[in-house]
Amino acid sequence: MSIRQPYVRSMDGWWKRNAYYIRYMAREITAVFVAAYALVLLDGVVRLGQGEAAFNGWLQALKTPLSLAFHLVVLATFVYHTWSWFSIMPITMPIMFVGGKRVQPGTITGTGLVAAVITCVAVFFVVEGISS
Amino acid sequence: MKRSNEPIVWSLFGAGGMLAALIGPVLVFITGIAVPFALMNPDTMSYTHMLAFSRHWAGKSFAFAVIALFMWHAAHRIAILLHDFGVHAVALVKFGCYGLAFLATVIAGYTLLTLGG
Amino acid sequence: MADTEKIIEIEVLRYRPEQDKEPVLQTYKVPFIEDTSVLQGLQYIKDYLDGTLSFRWSCRMAICGSCGMMIDGKPKLSCKTFLRDYYPGKLRIEALAHFPVERDLMVTVKDYVKRLEGLKPYLIPKEARTLEAGEYLQTPQQRDRYMQFSACINCMLCYAACPQYGMNLKFIGSGHMAILDRYNADSRDGGRDERMGPVNEEDGVWGCTAIGYCSVVCPKQVDPAHAINMYKIESTMDYFTRFVTSGEADK
Repeated sequence: MSIRQPYVRSMDGWWKRNAYYIRYMAREITAVFVAAYALVLLDGVVRLGQGEAAFNGWLQALKTPLSLAFHLVVLATFVYHTWSWFSIMPITMPIMFVGGKRVQPGTITGTGLVAAVITCVAVFFVVEGISS
Repeated sequence: MKRSNEPIVWSLFGAGGMLAALIGPVLVFITGIAVPFALMNPDTMSYTHMLAFSRHWAGKSFAFAVIALFMWHAAHRIAILLHDFGVHAVALVKFGCYGLAFLATVIAGYTLLTLGG
Repeated sequence: MADTEKIIEIEVLRYRPEQDKEPVLQTYKVPFIEDTSVLQGLQYIKDYLDGTLSFRWSCRMAICGSCGMMIDGKPKLSCKTFLRDYYPGKLRIEALAHFPVERDLMVTVKDYVKRLEGLKPYLIPKEARTLEAGEYLQTPQQRDRYMQFSACINCMLCYAACPQYGMNLKFIGSGHMAILDRYNADSRDGGRDERMGPVNEEDGVWGCTAIGYCSVVCPKQVDPAHAINMYKIESTMDYFTRFVTSGEADK
């Protein structure tokens, strides 16, 4: 009769074991930049409440090279977020049939990406129109 | 068999993620690049304009939604990230992440509500 | 035309509890031809090189789910993986990840089976039915709704792929959720509410962070990642509407 001594292996550093896991971590880290941007906007709102001088300070800070670099990085991560969000969205949707055929994940992703492009373009032109 | 309360934060995470996915890029472009560097009319975000925007119920709601939902989305994902990196002080992580989101929500809400209009 | 025979080096992570404090690597030189599977390589080792090597297998045609193991760090069925794809390099074989190692390439399966049994993985008829009522009728669309989830062979590769399971052995995991939906979505079944208790828990669907690697490694294209993430919406809707509707069993 042999001895049983089940051996449990460590999960330390599991995310480094596989390129797929690393890509998952990259996808999740975009959240840090979403928070960073939201905090920049929050700062703007708070300064708005403090009066013109305070708010203008916020506007001035936005014109610095550091702010530009920050926002370029944030822009890249937001674009990546849009892409990865709609790429993962199909797995959260129920299985759907249209005309007897199974709705494909690509359809859902494509629709989402198109919606994002349309929304971004629309917002851009609305703001452009109002500001002129 | 205890039912999880995760659906609450997951819904906020989902709403924030969807909003960020749909308008995030253009918002970052406008507020962080186009207006400050005059690719668009630099007056777009002037104090007068932003005050008027934030005093209008629609502008107020929009600003609140963006700040709050982006923060709740990020809080949920970062809490999970910390768990994935091996930080196992679950209660502390949740308190820290969701606490920060809650704080941001309260500050944004209070400021926007007391701006007038 | 004769297949030329080549030799490949296979590194196996051995573990014999009666003599090893920890797992230890052992290398074997194994001859192979074009269609030699990793399983056949292991069988060669056991038959000719080292009779003490222990591993599970049965059908050798990717339907029984017995031969799951880590091959160069990836969860695979050894009968469906071929030595030619690793030559001329080395090949490392370890027991399936995230499960305790019993011996060599054999892992503890008991917890998996026990958890599965607790989920009621069988048809619970909607209403009592007599033989005279005849057979159930199902449209192709009704069958397609659950068909892919019925392909699960319980090989546990998805659990080896899931780090959330690796960090929490109580997590329900995507494989069980696929099997669960196979029954919930079957038009003949009426047991959905009965099965939802474990699903709504912290260790239920909410342990999943949508990594998706489980679906990548599934040898039967079950797409368990879809199954488990689908239930997040269901669990959320039930969470918010349960005070209004009859809701799912809150045991």
